[in-house]
Amino acid sequence: MFGKLTLHSIPWDQPIPLIAAAIVGGALFATLVWTWRAGHIPYLWNEWITSVDHKRIGVMYCLFALVMLVRGFVDAAMMRSQQAIAEGNGGYLPPEHYDQIFSAHGTIMIFFVAMPFMIGIMNFVVPLQLGVRDVAFPTLNNVSFWLTASGALLINVSLVVGEFAKTGWLAYPPLSELRFSPGVGVDYYLWALQISGVGTLLSGVNLVTTILKMRAPGMGYTRMPMFCWTSLASNLLIVAAFPILTATLAMLLLDRYLGFHFFTNDLGGNQMMFVNLIWAWGHPEVYILILPAFGIFSEVVSTFSSKPLFGYRSMIVATMVICILSFMVWLHHFFTMGAGADVNGFFGVTTMIIAVPTGVKVFNWLFTMYGGRIRFHVPMMWAVAFMITFVIGGMTGVLLAVPPADFVLHNSLFLVAHFHNVIIGGVLFGAFAGYNYWFPKAFGFRLDEFWGKTAFWLWVVGFYVAFMPLYVLGLMGMTRRMQHYDVPEWQPWLILAAFGALMIAGGIASQVMQLYVSIKRRKDLADLSGDPWDGRSLEWITTSPPPPFNFAVLPNVKGEEAYWGIKSQARENRELSETPKYEAFSIPRNSPTGFVTAFFTTALGFAAVWHIWWLVILGFLGAWATFVVFAWRDENETEVTAEEARQLDDKRRAAKARMLDIPAEATA
Amino acid sequence: MSADAIAAEQRAQGGDPHKLGRGDTPPSERGPAPKRIVVSYGFWIFLLTDFVMFAGFFAAYAVLAKATAGGPAARDIVELPLVGAETALLLASSFACGMAGIATAAKNRKWFQIAMAATAILGAGFLALEAHEFLTLIAEGHGPQRSAFLSAFFALVGCHGVHVTLGLLWLTTMMAQVQAKGFPDEIVRRIACFSLFWHALDIIWVALFTTVYLLGVAG
Amino acid sequence: MSDDTELDDDRAPGEGGGDSADIRGKVLTYVAGFVLAAILTAASFAVVHSGVIYGPGIPVALIALAIAQMGVHLVFFLHVTSGPDNTNNVLALAFGVLIVGLVLIGSIWIMAHLDHNLMPASMPAM
Repeated sequence: MFGKLTLHSIPWDQPIPLIAAAIVGGALFATLVWTWRAGHIPYLWNEWITSVDHKRIGVMYCLFALVMLVRGFVDAAMMRSQQAIAEGNGGYLPPEHYDQIFSAHGTIMIFFVAMPFMIGIMNFVVPLQLGVRDVAFPTLNNVSFWLTASGALLINVSLVVGEFAKTGWLAYPPLSELRFSPGVGVDYYLWALQISGVGTLLSGVNLVTTILKMRAPGMGYTRMPMFCWTSLASNLLIVAAFPILTATLAMLLLDRYLGFHFFTNDLGGNQMMFVNLIWAWGHPEVYILILPAFGIFSEVVSTFSSKPLFGYRSMIVATMVICILSFMVWLHHFFTMGAGADVNGFFGVTTMIIAVPTGVKVFNWLFTMYGGRIRFHVPMMWAVAFMITFVIGGMTGVLLAVPPADFVLHNSLFLVAHFHNVIIGGVLFGAFAGYNYWFPKAFGFRLDEFWGKTAFWLWVVGFYVAFMPLYVLGLMGMTRRMQHYDVPEWQPWLILAAFGALMIAGGIASQVMQLYVSIKRRKDLADLSGDPWDGRSLEWITTSPPPPFNFAVLPNVKGEEAYWGIKSQARENRELSETPKYEAFSIPRNSPTGFVTAFFTTALGFAAVWHIWWLVILGFLGAWATFVVFAWRDENETEVTAEEARQLDDKRRAAKARMLDIPAEATA
Repeated sequence: MSADAIAAEQRAQGGDPHKLGRGDTPPSERGPAPKRIVVSYGFWIFLLTDFVMFAGFFAAYAVLAKATAGGPAARDIVELPLVGAETALLLASSFACGMAGIATAAKNRKWFQIAMAATAILGAGFLALEAHEFLTLIAEGHGPQRSAFLSAFFALVGCHGVHVTLGLLWLTTMMAQVQAKGFPDEIVRRIACFSLFWHALDIIWVALFTTVYLLGVAG
Repeated sequence: MSDDTELDDDRAPGEGGGDSADIRGKVLTYVAGFVLAAILTAASFAVVHSGVIYGPGIPVALIALAIAQMGVHLVFFLHVTSGPDNTNNVLALAFGVLIVGLVLIGSIWIMAHLDHNLMPASMPAM
C-alpha cells in the first residue's frame, strides 16, 4: 500500500536531521498559520502563486533561491566545521551522514540556488528591457517555477523521510546503481532533478522565444541591451544541454527501476558513458550560470560608470562564441578517465581557447570604467569584486585545463577552490549585484546601503579566507569530500577556511538585516521616479514597480540604449517625449495550473521514490488532467482599457518630469 | 538619396522583392511577432530539445551496440519486414496529419476529424507492431535486462514509442477540442504545434530505423 | 499584430506559403513528399540486402539516404525551406543539428578512446 515507506524511514536515531526538521517545519507551520490568521492567503494566491506576470515569477524565483542558499550554506558550514576538527578523529558527522551533506550541498547550490537566481533575474528583467509586456508563454512560465519548487521540496523531504544520495552531486555509477546505493537517496535525487529539469527546459524555450520573437518595435538585434544577449546565449544553452541531462538521468532511472544495464558493472554496462554524457550537460550548465551574471555586470558597470558599454559588438561576438565553445570542452572534467593524449589534448586546447572571449569581456568592462564617472553603490562594488575574483578563478581554470597538471589536481581541493572561486565570484556576486540593482524596480524602494556594504565586505573577505586555503590544500595533496584525515599539516588551513565560512555567515546575516532594515525604512528609501541609478535601458522608463502590463504603449526604439536616448533628449529639450496614443490591449489571466501541476508532480516523485505505484499513476493522471483542464478554459485574457493605460502612464510621465526637473505637462 | 528612398524606389519598380536591400523596416525591428509565429517557433525550439534528448539515447546506443554480453546482437533481433511495415504506417500517418493541417486551414471540421482519425489509427498500428516486437523479444529472454545493448535498444526505440503514445493522447484531445469548440485561433495554433510534433517523430523514426535496424543488419 | 497577419518575410515553422485556398496544391505537396519518402525508404531497405552497393559502403549509403529523407520531411511536410522567410526556423534547426552532432560525434570519439590506457589483452565479454 505504501511501497517501501514505513515509520522506520524517518531517521529516529539521528538527532541532527530531526532537530533541523523540527525547527524548519515549525517555522514553516508558524509562518503559514500567521499568514492565514492575518488574512493574507487570498492575496498570496491571487497575486503571487497563480500569477503569470514575469515580474512576480522572477521575484518568487529569487526569493526561493535565497531561502535555498541558506539551506545549502548550512550544509557548507557543517562540512567546514567537520573538516576543521576531524584530524586523526572521526569528527561529529558519521560518514553516511557526511556523504549526504556534500551531495545535498552541491545539488542544492547548483540546481536550487544558482539556477533559480539567474532564471529569476532573467525573468524579471528581460521583458522589461525588450520593451514588451511579458514573456512568450506566461502560464508556462508559472508552471516552470512551480516545477522547480516541486523538485526542491522533494530534496528537502529526503532529509526527514528516508535519506539523500551519498554519491556526490553528480551521482556517478556504479556507486549510484542499485547494487551500491540500494536506499532511496539516489531516487530522491533523480526524481527531483527530472521534475525541476522539465521546468528549467520549458523556461529556456520560453526565454529564447521571447528574445528572438518579441521585442519592442525598432529594437533590432544590435539594439538589445547586453543582458538580453547574454540571456539569449544562456537560454540557448539551457535548450541545448538540459535534454542531455534528462536522457542520462533517465538511463540511470531505467537501470535502478527496471534492471537495465546502461551503467551497471555487469552485462556490458559502461559507467564511463555516464561520466561522458553527464558532463556534456554539466559543462554547458556552468556557462548557463555565468552568462547571465556577465550580462548583469555589463549593465551595472555601464550604468555606474555613467558610460555606454565599451565594445558592444565585440561583447556580442564574445558571448556567442562562449555559447558555442562551451559545447566543445566537456572532457576537461574527466581528463583522468583515460581517453589518451590526443583526445585530452584537443579538449585541453578548446578549454584554453574559451578563456579568450571571457578575457575580451573583462577588458570591455575595464574600458567601460576607464574615463567614466564611477559611482560606488553596492552593485558596482560587487562588480569590481567580481572582476578580481573571477579572473583569479579563471586563471586556476586555465591551469587545470592543462591535462598533465589536471592529472595531479583532479578531484583535489584545488579543483573545489577553483569552481567555488568562479561560481561564487561570478554567479553569486552577479546575483547579489543584480539583486541590489533591480530591487528598487521590483519593489519601489532601494535596499539599505550600509548593510549592503557590510554584507559585501563580509562576503568578499569571507570568501577569500574560506577558499584560498583550499588552493593551498589542493597543492598539498588533499582530496575532496574527506570526512576525516590524518595529515596534521592540513588542519590549520581547514580551520582558517572554517573561519572564512563564519565570515560568510555574517555576510548572509547582514543581507537578512539589509532586507529587514530596508523594509522598515522603505519610505526613506523610496524610488519615486522609477530610475534611481540614472539608468540607460528600458526597464528604467517604467515606474517602480511597473504596472502589470509594463508599458502602456510599447516604446519605439531608435538606437542602442533606448531609454538613455529618450532621457537625453528630454533633458536637452526640457520637455518629455510626445504623449503616445493609448489603445486597449489584453493581458493574460492568472492560472493555478502551475501550482496544481507541481502538487501532482511532487506526489508522483515521492511515490516513485518509495515505489508506491498507485500513487505514481494518480500523480501522473492528475498532472495530465490539470493540463487538459487548462487547455479547455475559454477566458484567457483580461482587457486593459485605453483609459486605464492612460491614467497609469500619466502618473509615470509626471514622476519622470519631476525627476528631470521639467515642468509638468498640462493634462487634457 | 537616402538608402531608404533608393530601396523604396527599387521596390516600386518591382525589384528587391524580398527587401534584402536596406529599405523597409527589417523583420527584427517590427515589434513582437504575431502570436501564431511566436507559438509555433517556441514549439519548434522545444522540438529541437527533444532531438537533443534523442541524441543522448542515440549516443548511448552507439556506444553500447557491441555490448551484447553473450546475448543477441542487432542482426539477431531485427525483423526487417516488421520494421518496413512500421515505417510505412508511420509515414502514412504523417501524410494523414498533413491532410488534417490542410483541413484546419480550410476550417473544415469533417475532414479534420477524418484525417486525424486516420492519423490516429495508423499511429496506433505502428505502436501495436512495436509492442508486438518488444513483447516477442522479452518472451524470448531478450529483454532489456539481458545486456547493455538490449537496454540501449529498448530505451531508444521505446523512447520514440513513448513519444508516439503521448502524441496519440494529444491527438485525441485535439479532436475533442475541435469537436467542442471548432477552430478558434488558440486551437489552430495548437493543431499547428501537434503537426510539427508528429512530423518530427517521423523524422526521428527515419534516423532510428536507419541506424538501429538497417545498420544493425548491415554493419 | 493580428494573428492572421501574413508576413512575407517571416513564417512560422510548419506554415506553408501560398494561397490558403489552393487545397489541391497543398495536397500535392504532401503527396510528392510521401512518394519521395517512400522511394527513399524502399531504397534504404534495398541497399541492405540487394548487394547493389559495395559492402563497406553500405553504412555511408544508408546515412546519405536517411539524411535525404529527413530533408524530404523538412521541405514537404514541415515546409522548412531555404527562403528568407524561413531564416529563423532554419537557423534554429541548424543550431539543433550542431548540438546533436557535437554530442554524437564527441561521445563516440571519446568513448572509443577510453581504452587507451588499458592493457593490450582485452577482457573477454562478460
